Amino acid sequence: MTASPLIPPLLRLDGLTKAYPGVIANNSVGFSIAPGEIHALLGENGAGKSTLVKMIYGLVKPDSGRMELHGEAYAPSEPSIARRRGVAMVFQHFSLFEALDVAENIALGMEDPPPRRDLAERIRSVSAEYGLPLDPSRRVGDLSAGERQRVEIIRCLLQNPRLLIMDEPTSVLTPQEVDMLFTTLRTLSAEGTAILYISHKLDEIRSLCDGATVLRHGKVVGSCVPRETTARAMAELMVGATLQTPARAAGDRGDVLLEARGLSLPAEREFGTALRDVNFQVRAGEILGIGGVAGNGQDELLSVLTGETVAPPGTLFFQGADMAPHGPRKRRELGLLTAPEERLGHAAAPDMTLVENALLTGIPRRGLTQSGFVNWPRTKDFAERIIADFDVRTPGSHVAARALSGGNLQKFVIGREVLQAPGALIVNQPTWGVDAAAAASIRQALLDLAEGGAALIVISQDLEEILEIADNFAALNEGRLSAPRPAAGLSLDEIGLMMGGAHDMETAHHAVP
Amino acid sequence: MAGISIELLLASLMVAATPILLAAIGELVVEKAGVLNLGVEGMMITGAICGFAVAVETGSPTLGFAGAALGGAALSVIFAVLTQLLLSNHVATGLALTLFGLGFSALIGQGYVGVKPPSTPQINLGVLSDIPFLGPVLLSHDLMVYLGLALVAAVWAVLKFTRTGLILRAIGESHDAAHALGYKVVRLRFLAILFGGASAGLGGAYLSLVRVPQWTEGMTAGAGWIALALVVFGAWKPWRVLLGAYLFGGVSVLQLNLQAAGLKVPVELLSMSPYLITILVLVIMSADKRRAALNAPAALGRVFHATT
Repeated sequence: MTASPLIPPLLRLDGLTKAYPGVIANNSVGFSIAPGEIHALLGENGAGKSTLVKMIYGLVKPDSGRMELHGEAYAPSEPSIARRRGVAMVFQHFSLFEALDVAENIALGMEDPPPRRDLAERIRSVSAEYGLPLDPSRRVGDLSAGERQRVEIIRCLLQNPRLLIMDEPTSVLTPQEVDMLFTTLRTLSAEGTAILYISHKLDEIRSLCDGATVLRHGKVVGSCVPRETTARAMAELMVGATLQTPARAAGDRGDVLLEARGLSLPAEREFGTALRDVNFQVRAGEILGIGGVAGNGQDELLSVLTGETVAPPGTLFFQGADMAPHGPRKRRELGLLTAPEERLGHAAAPDMTLVENALLTGIPRRGLTQSGFVNWPRTKDFAERIIADFDVRTPGSHVAARALSGGNLQKFVIGREVLQAPGALIVNQPTWGVDAAAAASIRQALLDLAEGGAALIVISQDLEEILEIADNFAALNEGRLSAPRPAAGLSLDEIGLMMGGAHDMETAHHAVP
Repeated sequence: MAGISIELLLASLMVAATPILLAAIGELVVEKAGVLNLGVEGMMITGAICGFAVAVETGSPTLGFAGAALGGAALSVIFAVLTQLLLSNHVATGLALTLFGLGFSALIGQGYVGVKPPSTPQINLGVLSDIPFLGPVLLSHDLMVYLGLALVAAVWAVLKFTRTGLILRAIGESHDAAHALGYKVVRLRFLAILFGGASAGLGGAYLSLVRVPQWTEGMTAGAGWIALALVVFGAWKPWRVLLGAYLFGGVSVLQLNLQAAGLKVPVELLSMSPYLITILVLVIMSADKRRAALNAPAALGRVFHATT
């Protein structure tokens, strides 16, 4: 269903401009979307995609320009007006309330929600209709990322939207959940609902979207039909330069640096996963990729490696030494570094500046303190080197971590560890929510690190990423790690089997009928 | 010991509990909206003197209570402007509000020390109030006692069943998400703070007009802090707050009776017993940390600043 001149557009944007102090987020942006069209909005982190969709959803007021919906002027001053006009939005960072249940969350996103009993009934019927299983009475805090997204989507669907905006919907989903989502979106599109789809995953866009508009530095720099072009061509249009594919020389593997022997650990939290008899060896210069559906022990494995949870003696070794007695600080001194998945709150302290955040993990290995006193000039140099080497886009090192966009903060967090010359580095979701160019540079940095003789573990939901950089692949399934196999030549089917096959969707989420 | 009458004890329990009940139910609403106002003590005592002054000047206890609600709300406006519009820290601002309220009330109250306020009438239900035991215990108090109870029921019902209540809880849970959905975080919090201030003011006036009844400097004597503790240990549940308030009221009355009966226990121990016992019981009730944490508003005390 490509936009044709005969069908009047559902949404037309013309000359939309929005400036913030120091940056023009959107500069005279214009394009249109036909009814039932799935339209992709592409661009690097900071290209102005979020600002644009916020204007369409009424969260941000444009400085100039106009919008038309169904041929009528459209200038929503707040989201409730947008919702009333048939525009709904699924947010990148879920706009859900953990302590409330599914039905309450959905009611909050609706104008005039029906009484609770009717609402629960409608949630059940819509979730059945679109293949999105969901129990209205469950607390959102207990749901997986995929289920939370279903809450948001159903919240939108209940209002019969004519335009659905989705901001990075697949970044936290498993491949199976992505398939379910796409089926739903295609159904919606066939029913005439237009979808404005923001994503960094260009292959997904090629399989899903009818048209695409590319933004760079707030301007429309091109449009294309994703099916008729390549992911690489789209990425280059976004970046405005030729893209480098990460590459490495096939080097020799050294001694075993990091090893787990029969590592078992009971689940700590109520909804956590127990680790069961995990075994692996990572040699110097090797990258071990660990895949698996989210919630199968990734977080637990990471925290046992960082030292946040204590492994039983004799199960975890770094450079031949048992790590059980050592906490996070000592492990960092020895060269066992980690970068966790959650950027704000785990990898970085949101309200502290980049300099302070650089200090937090850099103390032991970069000598940033002397007899208990912080060497601020040195810390600042370190932070600025991370910013320069990893192309972190920020007004300066004095900025608070939370002010950075997700992709930029991710570059900072990874860069901070890489520049400490680790003996072994464990990263969880290194390129989550990062645009193609930045993801490529992060992957390249990881490959360079391995080439320099470090042992790496990359935990990721992105199988293509793992296959691109890992030497060996292992899958986590309910806290068990499969035996690592060489990544080269591994097919997606084989990986699927390692991850536990098709049944793991159910087991991973304890789906309630 | 023989001199203690169960009937009188229970009857005065409801009266003794009403000030902190009013203050606590107001603070519960404030905290459910994600705002931590530590100025309850200050708003209570401001309400106590405002209510006292108005009642004395006009001769009408009803106008007195209205004045107390206004006085408490007016003080809370300072807090609301500072924390919601000027983004100041909730804890520091609340503490300052308490100190300010204590001093300010002492200033206004200079001319009222030793004055006797007009008495607040008790309701008379005729035959009903004459029912043995139940009549005096439950049905022969002044209207404020029942207003306190009605307020608990109303807050419970609004939070649980209405859309306004749902939005209020949502804002206390995640102001960013609520803002993204287009809810007016600052406006609703402002209103919640005003409600908290008015309730605390009523609680204070109940002390100065009914319970004591006279004006002395610092007469709230920590009742505002107990109200704050009730909200937390009552796990932000209106009925538990009511239970805590009655427990506190009950032990206060009992220890006074015990003192009067000449029990051989140091007076200091008896005086601290309401505070100790109330907190102890509520701590035990909310001992399951995980479940208590579930009910705590996640955005409590966090400053909201709309970034878009």
